Amino acid sequence: MRLEVEITGKTFRRTAGETHEVLAPLKFALQSGEVGVLIGPSGCGKSTMLRIILGLDHDFAGRILRPPEARVGMVFQEPRLLPWRSVEQNVRLAAPGVSDAKLSELFRILELDAHRSHFPGELSLGLARRVALARAFAVEPDLLVLDEPLASLDDALAGRLRDEIATLVASSSVMTLLVTHSIDDAIRLGDRLFFLSARPARIVQEVPIAVPRAERTETELGRIKAELAAVQLESK
Amino acid sequence: MLRLLSFVLFLAVWWIAALFVGGPKLPSPPAVLNVIVADASSGTLFLHLGATLARVALSFVLAMSLGSAIGYLMGRVRLADRLGDPWLILLLNLPALVVIVLAYIWAGLTEAAAIAAIAINKLPTAIVTLREGTRALDRSLDEMATVFAMPRWRAFRHVVLPQLAPYIAASARSGLSLVWKIVLVAELLGRPNGVGFEIGVAFQLFDTPRLLAYSLTFAAVVLVIETLLVQPFEARATRWRPRAA
Repeated sequence: MRLEVEITGKTFRRTAGETHEVLAPLKFALQSGEVGVLIGPSGCGKSTMLRIILGLDHDFAGRILRPPEARVGMVFQEPRLLPWRSVEQNVRLAAPGVSDAKLSELFRILELDAHRSHFPGELSLGLARRVALARAFAVEPDLLVLDEPLASLDDALAGRLRDEIATLVASSSVMTLLVTHSIDDAIRLGDRLFFLSARPARIVQEVPIAVPRAERTETELGRIKAELAAVQLESK
Repeated sequence: MLRLLSFVLFLAVWWIAALFVGGPKLPSPPAVLNVIVADASSGTLFLHLGATLARVALSFVLAMSLGSAIGYLMGRVRLADRLGDPWLILLLNLPALVVIVLAYIWAGLTEAAAIAAIAINKLPTAIVTLREGTRALDRSLDEMATVFAMPRWRAFRHVVLPQLAPYIAASARSGLSLVWKIVLVAELLGRPNGVGFEIGVAFQLFDTPRLLAYSLTFAAVVLVIETLLVQPFEARATRWRPRAA
């Protein structure tokens, strides 16, 4: 399975009439089992790009190739749970085919066992984020999209949740697209990093990470980070 | 307890006023009760009440289902909103009496005309409320349902309907009170039975005890239905929302 993104342009029309270029021409592809990371400044058009890739926005120039049968799992920036359904119902509604065993495993990994019957309004943001993760993984997606899933969480919690995401991504051959601000998240979770420019967004640099995810030690991560900093300086 | 007290107070004021005014204009509570008991034992009271309730139920269901569907459509589709809006304003401001009289003239003094006329009076408010509810739908949840490829019906039932439920409840409640009022006018003008018809007869004979007997029984039925049916439904539809402090 393969995702090909080729956007030749995207403009917004304001009510006043002037047009606004959001995305410059950009192109990338992802394979099964690969994690692509989009890194860019706030407001550069990442969310717009995701909406186009997910098929929520059809008003753009270019094309998105993904197998029509591909199942999509998505973690939005906000959890976007249904407040009137319990945690378990929220997951099951998105993934009606999920087996009890799979669901139990997900809830165990994400430490949600105690909250199955709770309503989203009763959960903290961190917990709600985990429910959103459980929902995305319960679908057993072919394409997993994570839009800043760790934003506005404290460091300790973000770190744990990042490890949980790494475990879940490693356990399936899903293509993953992660949007983040954090270089740390990017080098721990990603296989290929795409650095985006400010609006209108284009890919400034594509950096593959050769070392497999599971074999990256702390020293290794430090080295990658230093290399990235050097590359970034060069490109400026 | 407080409710009971205010009811007793009402009875007392009525009774005292009846003693002062006297005569047929303001009968005392026992005189009215006599009429109620007499008509109840002969069965006519239940016949008329039943006819009225059946009309209320039919026209209410008709207006609610049609109004909800149109309101949802107008909230979702811009073109439908543009096309429907002038009609909506017209209907909203059309006096109930005009609709009822026209319905009787065009469709004859029939049951269908009466029910349609009542339903048309309630229709615009249901449309307006549901249109507002539809406009207030959370788009981010719609997107979530789209991304996860939820089938239409499942998305409607679990994503859209719970958001509309408070609006449906509000529209049902205000709509029911509107229908209660209009049904009597429609009966008075063109039906041979029902509480409205009986009140019309009482008016022509200046039979105040009968008039009060029927209006008070009707009011009691409305009160019972409001507390036992409408209020619990409303509470249930909004139960997941945080309570007002």
